[in-house]
Amino acid sequence: MNAPFMEQKARQTLAVVDCDIHPAHRTPGELLPYLEPRWREHYQTYGVHVRQALPSALMYPRMMAGGMRADSLPQGGGPAGSDLDLLRKQHLDPVNVEFGLLMALSKGGMEERNPGLAAALSRATNEWQIDRWVREEPRLRAGIVVPQEFPEAAVAEIERCAGDRRYVQIMLSSRPSDPLGHRRYWPIYEAAERAGLPIGLHPVGYNGGHPSTGSGWPTFYLQEHYVFVACMEALAASLIVEGVFERFPKLKVVLVEGGFGWAPALAWRMDRHFEKFRKEVPHLKRRPSEYLREHVWWTTQPIEEPAQSRHIVEIIDWIGWDRLLYSSDYPHWDYDNPSFAFKFPMTEQQRRKIFRDNAMALYRLA
Amino acid sequence: MSRHVVCSADELPPGSRKVVVVDGREIGVFNVEGRLHALLNRCPHGGAAICSGVVTGLSQSSGPGDYRLERRGEFLRCPWHGWEFDMATGQSWCDPRRTKVRSFEVKLEAGSELVMGPYVAERYPVTVEGAYIVVDL
Repeated sequence: MNAPFMEQKARQTLAVVDCDIHPAHRTPGELLPYLEPRWREHYQTYGVHVRQALPSALMYPRMMAGGMRADSLPQGGGPAGSDLDLLRKQHLDPVNVEFGLLMALSKGGMEERNPGLAAALSRATNEWQIDRWVREEPRLRAGIVVPQEFPEAAVAEIERCAGDRRYVQIMLSSRPSDPLGHRRYWPIYEAAERAGLPIGLHPVGYNGGHPSTGSGWPTFYLQEHYVFVACMEALAASLIVEGVFERFPKLKVVLVEGGFGWAPALAWRMDRHFEKFRKEVPHLKRRPSEYLREHVWWTTQPIEEPAQSRHIVEIIDWIGWDRLLYSSDYPHWDYDNPSFAFKFPMTEQQRRKIFRDNAMALYRLA
Repeated sequence: MSRHVVCSADELPPGSRKVVVVDGREIGVFNVEGRLHALLNRCPHGGAAICSGVVTGLSQSSGPGDYRLERRGEFLRCPWHGWEFDMATGQSWCDPRRTKVRSFEVKLEAGSELVMGPYVAERYPVTVEGAYIVVDL
Protein backbone atom coordinates (compact mmCIF):
# COMPACT_ATOMS: atom_id res chain seq x y z
CA MET A 1 0.00 0.00 0.00
CA ASN A 2 2.88 2.35 0.67
CA ALA A 3 3.60 4.23 -2.56
CA PRO A 4 7.14 4.34 -3.94
CA PHE A 5 8.96 7.62 -3.51
CA MET A 6 7.08 10.21 -5.55
CA GLU A 7 7.74 9.60 -9.20
CA GLN A 8 6.36 12.35 -11.34
CA LYS A 9 5.09 11.37 -14.73
CA ALA A 10 6.35 13.24 -17.78
CA ARG A 11 3.27 15.37 -18.18
CA GLN A 12 5.13 18.50 -19.29
CA THR A 13 4.72 18.13 -23.03
CA LEU A 14 6.47 21.31 -24.19
CA ALA A 15 10.24 20.77 -24.27
CA VAL A 16 12.09 23.34 -22.19
CA VAL A 17 15.58 24.77 -21.99
CA ASP A 18 16.59 25.28 -18.37
CA CYS A 19 19.16 28.06 -18.03
CA ASP A 20 20.18 27.48 -14.40
CA ILE A 21 21.06 24.04 -13.00
CA HIS A 22 23.61 23.70 -10.20
CA PRO A 23 25.88 20.67 -10.21
CA ALA A 24 27.64 19.87 -6.91
CA HIS A 25 30.70 17.90 -5.87
CA ARG A 26 30.00 14.48 -4.35
CA THR A 27 33.03 14.75 -2.08
CA PRO A 28 35.31 17.62 -1.01
CA GLY A 29 38.19 16.17 -3.05
CA GLU A 30 36.28 15.85 -6.29
CA LEU A 31 38.32 18.47 -8.17
CA LEU A 32 41.70 16.97 -7.20
CA PRO A 33 42.11 14.73 -10.27
CA TYR A 34 41.56 17.78 -12.49
CA LEU A 35 44.26 19.91 -10.84
CA GLU A 36 47.91 19.96 -11.84
CA PRO A 37 50.18 18.43 -9.15
CA ARG A 38 51.39 21.84 -7.98
CA TRP A 39 47.86 23.05 -7.25
CA ARG A 40 46.70 19.70 -5.98
CA GLU A 41 49.36 19.97 -3.33
CA HIS A 42 48.39 23.56 -2.54
CA TYR A 43 44.73 22.60 -2.31
CA GLN A 44 45.49 19.75 0.08
CA THR A 45 47.90 21.77 2.19
CA TYR A 46 46.14 25.13 2.39
CA GLY A 47 42.68 24.66 0.92
CA VAL A 48 40.84 27.35 -1.00
CA HIS A 49 40.16 30.89 0.06
CA VAL A 50 36.41 30.78 -0.21
CA ARG A 51 34.51 28.50 2.11
CA GLN A 52 31.05 29.92 1.69
CA ALA A 53 29.93 28.81 -1.74
CA LEU A 54 27.14 26.30 -2.01
CA PRO A 55 26.81 23.60 -0.82
CA SER A 56 29.16 24.28 2.12
CA ALA A 57 28.17 26.19 5.26
CA LEU A 58 26.21 29.28 4.30
CA MET A 59 26.72 32.73 5.71
CA TYR A 60 22.97 33.27 5.75
CA PRO A 61 21.35 30.04 6.90
CA ARG A 62 18.34 29.09 4.83
CA MET A 63 15.19 27.81 6.48
CA MET A 64 15.67 24.31 5.15
CA ALA A 65 18.12 21.69 3.93
CA GLY A 66 21.10 24.05 3.59
CA GLY A 67 19.34 26.07 0.90
CA MET A 68 18.32 23.03 -1.09
CA ARG A 69 15.01 21.50 -2.08
CA ALA A 70 14.44 19.29 0.95
CA ASP A 71 13.61 16.36 -1.34
CA SER A 72 16.76 16.66 -3.45
CA LEU A 73 19.29 14.97 -1.15
CA PRO A 74 20.52 11.79 -2.87
CA GLN A 75 19.56 8.65 -0.96
CA GLY A 76 23.05 7.24 -1.50
CA GLY A 77 24.65 10.22 0.27
CA GLY A 78 26.41 13.34 -1.00
CA PRO A 79 24.97 16.84 -1.29
CA ALA A 80 21.99 17.96 -3.36
CA GLY A 81 22.89 18.35 -7.01
CA SER A 82 25.72 15.80 -6.88
CA ASP A 83 23.80 12.82 -8.29
CA LEU A 84 23.20 12.82 -12.04
CA ASP A 85 20.60 10.04 -11.89
CA LEU A 86 18.53 11.98 -9.37
CA LEU A 87 18.81 15.12 -11.52
CA ARG A 88 17.42 13.10 -14.42
CA LYS A 89 14.66 11.50 -12.39
CA GLN A 90 13.61 14.56 -10.44
CA HIS A 91 14.01 17.24 -13.06
CA LEU A 92 15.30 16.53 -16.60
CA ASP A 93 12.80 13.74 -17.36
CA PRO A 94 9.53 14.91 -15.72
CA VAL A 95 10.02 18.54 -16.78
CA ASN A 96 11.01 17.49 -20.32
CA VAL A 97 14.30 19.40 -20.40
CA GLU A 98 15.74 19.45 -23.91
CA PHE A 99 18.87 21.31 -22.81
CA GLY A 100 20.03 22.19 -19.29
CA LEU A 101 22.71 24.80 -18.67
CA LEU A 102 25.08 24.11 -15.80
CA MET A 103 26.03 26.87 -13.40
CA ALA A 104 28.94 25.48 -11.37
CA LEU A 105 29.14 27.60 -8.22
CA SER A 106 31.29 25.56 -5.92
CA LYS A 107 35.04 26.17 -5.66
CA GLY A 108 35.45 27.69 -9.08
CA GLY A 109 37.99 30.38 -9.57
CA MET A 110 35.52 33.25 -9.66
CA GLU A 111 36.04 34.16 -6.03
CA GLU A 112 39.51 32.79 -5.28
CA ARG A 113 42.02 35.54 -4.42
CA ASN A 114 45.20 33.58 -5.11
CA PRO A 115 45.70 34.23 -8.85
CA GLY A 116 47.38 30.94 -9.75
CA LEU A 117 44.93 28.88 -7.75
CA ALA A 118 42.00 30.82 -9.23
CA ALA A 119 43.13 29.90 -12.73
CA ALA A 120 43.76 26.27 -11.78
CA LEU A 121 40.37 25.88 -10.04
CA SER A 122 38.55 27.43 -12.97
CA ARG A 123 40.15 25.08 -15.43
CA ALA A 124 39.53 22.08 -13.16
CA THR A 125 35.88 23.07 -12.71
CA ASN A 126 35.41 23.37 -16.45
CA GLU A 127 36.97 19.98 -17.15
CA TRP A 128 34.93 18.47 -14.30
CA GLN A 129 31.70 19.82 -15.81
CA ILE A 130 32.43 18.09 -19.12
CA ASP A 131 33.79 14.90 -17.61
CA ARG A 132 31.22 14.28 -14.91
CA TRP A 133 28.10 15.86 -16.42
CA VAL A 134 28.05 16.81 -20.09
CA ARG A 135 29.80 13.68 -21.35
CA GLU A 136 27.44 11.51 -19.28
CA GLU A 137 24.26 13.41 -20.08
CA PRO A 138 23.97 14.88 -23.58
CA ARG A 139 21.15 17.22 -22.54
CA LEU A 140 23.53 19.24 -20.34
CA ARG A 141 25.79 22.11 -21.40
CA ALA A 142 28.64 23.70 -19.45
CA GLY A 143 29.36 27.34 -18.63
CA ILE A 144 32.99 28.48 -18.66
CA VAL A 145 34.06 29.38 -15.13
CA VAL A 146 36.84 31.96 -15.19
CA PRO A 147 39.20 33.59 -12.66
CA GLN A 148 37.29 36.80 -13.20
CA GLU A 149 39.39 39.06 -10.99
CA PHE A 150 42.44 38.18 -13.14
CA PRO A 151 41.23 39.02 -16.65
CA GLU A 152 44.39 37.89 -18.43
CA ALA A 153 44.00 34.39 -17.00
CA ALA A 154 40.24 34.54 -17.62
CA VAL A 155 40.86 35.27 -21.30
CA ALA A 156 43.26 32.32 -21.54
CA GLU A 157 40.60 30.00 -20.06
CA ILE A 158 37.92 31.34 -22.41
CA GLU A 159 40.20 30.74 -25.37
CA ARG A 160 41.04 27.24 -24.17
CA CYS A 161 37.34 26.27 -24.03
CA ALA A 162 35.79 28.43 -26.72
CA GLY A 163 36.04 26.07 -29.68
CA ASP A 164 34.16 23.33 -27.79
CA ARG A 165 30.41 23.74 -28.31
CA ARG A 166 29.68 21.89 -25.08
CA TYR A 167 30.50 25.23 -23.41
CA VAL A 168 27.71 27.65 -24.25
CA GLN A 169 28.46 30.71 -22.12
CA ILE A 170 30.97 32.42 -19.85
CA MET A 171 30.00 32.63 -16.19
CA LEU A 172 30.78 35.65 -14.08
CA SER A 173 29.87 36.26 -10.46
CA SER A 174 27.52 39.17 -9.92
CA ARG A 175 29.50 39.95 -6.77
CA PRO A 176 32.79 41.06 -8.27
CA SER A 177 35.51 43.19 -6.68
CA ASP A 178 34.65 46.17 -8.91
CA PRO A 179 31.51 47.04 -10.85
CA LEU A 180 31.74 44.92 -13.99
CA GLY A 181 31.72 47.86 -16.37
CA HIS A 182 35.21 48.77 -15.09
CA ARG A 183 37.77 48.73 -17.86
CA ARG A 184 39.97 46.15 -16.21
CA TYR A 185 37.30 43.56 -17.05
CA TRP A 186 37.06 44.56 -20.70
CA PRO A 187 39.49 41.88 -21.96
CA ILE A 188 36.90 39.32 -20.78
CA TYR A 189 34.19 40.98 -22.88
CA GLU A 190 36.49 41.21 -25.85
CA ALA A 191 37.17 37.47 -25.58
CA ALA A 192 33.46 36.74 -25.14
CA GLU A 193 32.58 38.72 -28.23
CA ARG A 194 35.35 37.04 -30.21
CA ALA A 195 34.16 33.60 -29.11
CA GLY A 196 30.51 34.48 -29.78
CA LEU A 197 29.54 33.41 -26.26
CA PRO A 198 27.08 35.23 -23.98
CA ILE A 199 28.14 36.25 -20.47
CA GLY A 200 25.95 34.72 -17.73
CA LEU A 201 25.98 36.71 -14.50
CA HIS A 202 25.01 34.64 -11.48
CA PRO A 203 25.30 35.49 -7.76
CA VAL A 204 28.15 33.49 -6.25
CA GLY A 205 29.17 33.48 -2.60
CA TYR A 206 30.42 36.60 -0.91
CA ASN A 207 33.34 37.84 -2.94
CA GLY A 208 34.80 41.19 -3.56
CA GLY A 209 35.26 42.20 0.05
CA HIS A 210 32.04 44.14 -0.15
CA PRO A 211 28.89 43.70 1.90
CA SER A 212 26.01 42.54 -0.24
CA THR A 213 24.25 45.89 0.07
CA GLY A 214 25.67 49.37 -0.37
CA SER A 215 24.86 50.10 3.28
CA GLY A 216 26.28 47.00 4.93
CA TRP A 217 25.41 43.39 5.55
CA PRO A 218 21.72 42.52 5.85
CA THR A 219 20.34 41.02 9.04
CA PHE A 220 17.97 38.39 7.68
CA TYR A 221 18.12 35.83 4.88
CA LEU A 222 14.96 37.38 3.43
CA GLN A 223 17.00 40.54 2.77
CA GLU A 224 20.06 38.66 1.58
CA HIS A 225 17.91 36.82 -0.96
CA TYR A 226 16.39 40.05 -2.20
CA VAL A 227 19.73 41.83 -2.65
CA PHE A 228 20.58 39.59 -5.62
CA VAL A 229 18.42 42.20 -7.34
CA ALA A 230 20.44 45.15 -6.06
CA CYS A 231 23.71 43.56 -7.28
CA MET A 232 22.28 42.93 -10.74
CA GLU A 233 20.83 46.42 -10.98
CA ALA A 234 24.19 47.99 -10.13
CA LEU A 235 26.03 45.79 -12.63
CA ALA A 236 23.55 46.38 -15.46
CA ALA A 237 23.93 50.12 -14.95
CA SER A 238 27.72 49.82 -14.75
CA LEU A 239 27.99 47.85 -18.01
CA ILE A 240 25.76 50.35 -19.78
CA VAL A 241 27.13 53.63 -18.45
CA GLU A 242 30.82 52.71 -18.66
CA GLY A 243 30.26 52.07 -22.37
CA VAL A 244 30.86 48.31 -22.50
CA PHE A 245 28.09 47.79 -25.04
CA GLU A 246 29.26 50.73 -27.11
CA ARG A 247 32.76 49.22 -27.25
CA PHE A 248 31.53 45.60 -27.72
CA PRO A 249 28.40 45.90 -29.84
CA LYS A 250 27.91 42.14 -30.20
CA LEU A 251 28.19 41.36 -26.46
CA LYS A 252 25.20 39.59 -24.91
CA VAL A 253 24.67 39.45 -21.15
CA VAL A 254 22.26 37.16 -19.29
CA LEU A 255 21.24 38.18 -15.78
CA VAL A 256 20.60 34.91 -13.96
CA GLU A 257 18.52 34.79 -10.77
CA GLY A 258 18.41 38.54 -10.36
CA GLY A 259 14.73 39.08 -11.20
CA PHE A 260 13.48 41.32 -13.98
CA GLY A 261 10.62 43.34 -12.47
CA TRP A 262 12.99 46.21 -11.77
CA ALA A 263 14.13 46.60 -15.39
CA PRO A 264 11.67 49.28 -16.54
CA ALA A 265 12.20 51.46 -13.46
CA LEU A 266 15.98 51.38 -13.86
CA ALA A 267 15.70 52.20 -17.56
CA TRP A 268 13.26 55.09 -17.02
CA ARG A 269 15.46 56.62 -14.38
CA MET A 270 18.69 56.27 -16.37
CA ASP A 271 17.08 57.65 -19.52
CA ARG A 272 15.77 60.65 -17.66
CA HIS A 273 19.16 61.48 -16.19
CA PHE A 274 20.90 60.79 -19.48
CA GLU A 275 19.00 63.69 -21.00
CA LYS A 276 20.52 66.01 -18.40
CA PHE A 277 23.98 64.53 -17.95
CA ARG A 278 24.93 63.23 -21.37
CA LYS A 279 27.94 65.52 -21.50
CA GLU A 280 29.40 63.55 -18.62
CA VAL A 281 29.22 60.32 -20.66
CA PRO A 282 29.75 61.40 -24.27
CA HIS A 283 30.88 57.84 -25.12
CA LEU A 284 27.21 56.78 -24.93
CA LYS A 285 25.58 57.26 -28.31
CA ARG A 286 22.13 56.04 -27.33
CA ARG A 287 19.78 56.17 -24.37
CA PRO A 288 20.66 53.69 -21.59
CA SER A 289 17.38 51.81 -22.08
CA GLU A 290 18.36 50.99 -25.66
CA TYR A 291 21.52 49.22 -24.53
CA LEU A 292 19.53 47.39 -21.86
CA ARG A 293 16.97 46.13 -24.33
CA GLU A 294 19.46 45.20 -27.00
CA HIS A 295 22.18 43.49 -24.94
CA VAL A 296 20.50 42.00 -21.87
CA TRP A 297 18.55 38.76 -21.38
CA TRP A 298 16.87 37.69 -18.14
CA THR A 299 16.22 34.30 -16.57
CA THR A 300 12.89 33.77 -14.87
CA GLN A 301 13.63 32.10 -11.54
CA PRO A 302 12.68 33.03 -8.87
CA ILE A 303 9.71 34.30 -10.82
CA GLU A 304 8.04 37.45 -9.59
CA GLU A 305 4.62 36.60 -8.11
CA PRO A 306 2.50 39.75 -7.91
CA ALA A 307 -1.00 39.42 -6.46
CA GLN A 308 -2.38 40.61 -9.81
CA SER A 309 -0.84 38.48 -12.52
CA ARG A 310 -1.40 41.09 -15.24
CA HIS A 311 1.25 43.28 -13.61
CA ILE A 312 3.94 40.79 -14.56
CA VAL A 313 2.62 40.64 -18.13
CA GLU A 314 2.97 44.42 -18.43
CA ILE A 315 6.59 44.21 -17.30
CA ILE A 316 7.38 41.47 -19.81
CA ASP A 317 5.67 43.49 -22.53
CA TRP A 318 8.15 46.26 -21.75
CA ILE A 319 11.23 43.98 -21.59
CA GLY A 320 10.21 41.94 -24.62
CA TRP A 321 8.94 38.34 -24.75
CA ASP A 322 12.06 37.40 -26.69
CA ARG A 323 14.32 38.34 -23.76
CA LEU A 324 13.15 35.99 -21.00
CA LEU A 325 14.69 32.55 -20.46
CA TYR A 326 13.18 29.82 -18.30
CA SER A 327 15.37 28.69 -15.40
CA SER A 328 14.69 26.28 -12.54
CA ASP A 329 17.64 26.74 -10.13
CA TYR A 330 17.57 23.00 -9.41
CA PRO A 331 18.32 21.80 -6.72
CA HIS A 332 17.99 25.00 -4.71
CA TRP A 333 15.00 25.53 -2.42
CA ASP A 334 13.43 28.22 -4.57
CA TYR A 335 13.24 25.87 -7.58
CA ASP A 336 10.65 26.85 -10.21
CA ASN A 337 8.70 24.05 -11.88
CA PRO A 338 7.55 25.25 -15.33
CA SER A 339 4.10 23.73 -14.90
CA PHE A 340 3.38 25.64 -11.69
CA ALA A 341 5.56 28.71 -11.36
CA PHE A 342 4.12 30.81 -14.17
CA LYS A 343 0.80 32.04 -12.84
CA PHE A 344 0.07 34.61 -15.53
CA PRO A 345 -1.61 34.24 -18.91
CA MET A 346 0.60 33.57 -21.94
CA THR A 347 -0.15 32.80 -25.55
CA GLU A 348 1.23 29.56 -26.93
CA GLN A 349 3.84 31.53 -28.83
CA GLN A 350 4.94 33.49 -25.76
CA ARG A 351 5.18 30.26 -23.78
CA ARG A 352 7.35 28.65 -26.45
CA LYS A 353 9.67 31.64 -26.50
CA ILE A 354 10.23 31.79 -22.76
CA PHE A 355 10.50 28.06 -22.18
CA ARG A 356 12.57 27.11 -25.20
CA ASP A 357 13.04 29.20 -28.32
CA ASN A 358 14.75 32.27 -26.82
CA ALA A 359 17.45 30.14 -25.19
CA MET A 360 17.88 27.93 -28.28
CA ALA A 361 18.64 31.04 -30.34
CA LEU A 362 20.75 32.91 -27.78
CA TYR A 363 22.98 29.96 -26.91
CA ARG A 364 22.85 28.45 -30.43
CA LEU A 365 21.83 25.09 -28.96
CA ALA A 366 21.54 22.07 -31.19
CA MET B 1 -17.62 9.92 -1.85
CA SER B 2 -15.86 6.62 -1.33
CA ARG B 3 -14.12 5.25 1.71
CA HIS B 4 -10.76 3.53 1.48
CA VAL B 5 -8.87 1.50 4.04
CA VAL B 6 -5.29 2.62 3.55
CA CYS B 7 -3.44 0.76 6.30
CA SER B 8 -3.79 -0.76 9.73
CA ALA B 9 -3.55 1.52 12.74
CA ASP B 10 -0.31 -0.22 13.78
CA GLU B 11 1.37 0.95 10.61
CA LEU B 12 0.74 4.60 11.43
CA PRO B 13 1.87 5.24 15.01
CA PRO B 14 2.03 8.83 16.35
CA GLY B 15 4.84 10.78 14.69
CA SER B 16 4.68 8.77 11.48
CA ARG B 17 3.34 9.33 8.00
CA LYS B 18 2.70 7.33 4.89
CA VAL B 19 2.18 8.21 1.24
CA VAL B 20 -0.49 5.97 -0.29
CA VAL B 21 -2.12 5.76 -3.69
CA VAL B 22 -5.92 5.84 -3.62
CA ASP B 23 -7.88 5.92 -6.87
CA GLY B 24 -4.69 6.90 -8.69
CA ARG B 25 -4.08 9.84 -6.39
CA GLU B 26 -1.10 10.15 -4.06
CA ILE B 27 -2.25 11.00 -0.58
CA GLY B 28 -0.13 11.58 2.50
CA VAL B 29 -1.62 10.24 5.74
CA PHE B 30 -0.17 11.68 8.96
CA ASN B 31 -0.48 10.78 12.61
CA VAL B 32 0.56 13.81 14.65
CA GLU B 33 0.26 12.99 18.37
CA GLY B 34 -2.84 10.93 17.68
CA ARG B 35 -4.44 13.48 15.32
CA LEU B 36 -4.92 12.06 11.83
CA HIS B 37 -4.60 14.10 8.64
CA ALA B 38 -4.84 13.16 4.97
CA LEU B 39 -3.55 15.57 2.30
CA LEU B 40 -3.08 15.38 -1.45
CA ASN B 41 0.65 14.98 -2.17
CA ARG B 42 0.86 18.06 -4.38
CA CYS B 43 1.67 21.58 -3.27
CA PRO B 44 -0.87 24.02 -4.78
CA HIS B 45 1.79 26.74 -4.94
CA GLY B 46 4.76 25.22 -6.79
CA GLY B 47 3.86 21.59 -7.46
CA ALA B 48 6.18 19.81 -4.99
CA ALA B 49 5.37 16.43 -3.46
CA ILE B 50 4.45 18.24 -0.28
CA CYS B 51 3.95 15.26 2.02
CA SER B 52 7.70 14.79 2.44
CA GLY B 53 7.80 18.21 4.15
CA VAL B 54 8.50 18.93 7.81
CA VAL B 55 5.63 18.97 10.31
CA THR B 56 6.05 22.18 12.22
CA GLY B 57 4.33 25.05 14.05
CA LEU B 58 4.07 28.77 13.55
CA SER B 59 6.61 31.30 14.68
CA GLN B 60 4.58 34.30 15.78
CA SER B 61 5.41 37.75 17.01
CA SER B 62 3.60 40.78 18.36
CA GLY B 63 6.49 43.03 17.30
CA PRO B 64 10.27 43.18 16.90
CA GLY B 65 12.03 41.43 19.76
CA ASP B 66 9.15 39.14 20.63
CA TYR B 67 8.98 35.60 19.25
CA ARG B 68 6.73 32.69 20.13
CA LEU B 69 6.40 29.22 18.72
CA GLU B 70 2.75 28.31 18.58
CA ARG B 71 0.48 25.55 17.31
CA ARG B 72 3.36 23.06 17.16
CA GLY B 73 2.69 20.05 14.98
CA GLU B 74 -0.29 21.64 13.22
CA PHE B 75 1.44 22.77 10.02
CA LEU B 76 3.15 21.04 7.12
CA ARG B 77 6.01 22.96 5.49
CA CYS B 78 6.57 22.37 1.78
CA PRO B 79 10.02 20.95 0.95
CA TRP B 80 10.60 23.47 -1.85
CA HIS B 81 9.52 27.03 -1.13
CA GLY B 82 8.61 26.53 2.50
CA TRP B 83 4.92 27.47 2.31
CA GLU B 84 3.15 26.34 5.49
CA PHE B 85 -0.23 24.62 5.41
CA ASP B 86 -2.66 24.02 8.27
CA MET B 87 -2.93 20.24 8.21
CA ALA B 88 -6.48 20.25 9.56
CA THR B 89 -7.93 22.54 6.89
CA GLY B 90 -5.36 22.43 4.08
CA GLN B 91 -5.21 26.24 4.10
CA SER B 92 -1.87 27.96 3.55
CA TRP B 93 -0.78 30.46 6.18
CA CYS B 94 0.17 33.08 3.56
CA ASP B 95 -2.87 32.87 1.34
CA PRO B 96 -5.54 30.84 3.17
CA ARG B 97 -8.41 31.77 0.88
CA ARG B 98 -6.87 30.98 -2.49
CA THR B 99 -4.00 28.56 -1.89
CA LYS B 100 -5.04 25.34 -0.18
CA VAL B 101 -3.70 21.83 -0.32
CA ARG B 102 -6.54 19.38 -0.86
CA SER B 103 -7.41 17.67 2.45
CA PHE B 104 -9.53 14.57 3.04
CA GLU B 105 -11.43 13.20 5.96
CA VAL B 106 -9.52 10.45 7.69
CA LYS B 107 -10.58 8.25 10.63
CA LEU B 108 -9.54 5.38 12.76
CA GLU B 109 -12.15 2.61 12.39
CA ALA B 110 -12.60 -0.77 14.03
CA GLY B 111 -12.36 -3.77 11.72
CA SER B 112 -15.72 -4.98 12.99
CA GLU B 113 -17.35 -1.84 11.56
CA LEU B 114 -15.58 -2.12 8.26
CA VAL B 115 -16.35 -5.74 7.44
CA MET B 116 -20.07 -5.06 7.86
CA GLY B 117 -20.27 -1.87 5.83
CA PRO B 118 -20.98 -1.62 2.09
CA TYR B 119 -18.22 0.95 1.62
CA VAL B 120 -14.88 -0.87 1.80
CA ALA B 121 -13.45 0.01 -1.55
CA GLU B 122 -9.84 -1.01 -1.13
CA ARG B 123 -8.65 -4.61 -1.18
CA TYR B 124 -6.83 -4.27 2.08
CA PRO B 125 -7.07 -7.36 4.28
CA VAL B 126 -9.34 -6.37 7.15
CA THR B 127 -10.01 -8.44 10.24
CA VAL B 128 -12.72 -7.94 12.82
CA GLU B 129 -10.11 -7.62 15.57
CA GLY B 130 -7.99 -4.95 13.90
CA ALA B 131 -8.17 -1.15 13.73
CA TYR B 132 -7.65 0.69 10.45
CA ILE B 133 -7.01 4.10 8.95
CA VAL B 134 -9.83 5.00 6.56
CA VAL B 135 -9.74 7.92 4.10
CA ASP B 136 -12.85 9.47 2.53
CA LEU B 137 -12.37 10.61 -1.04
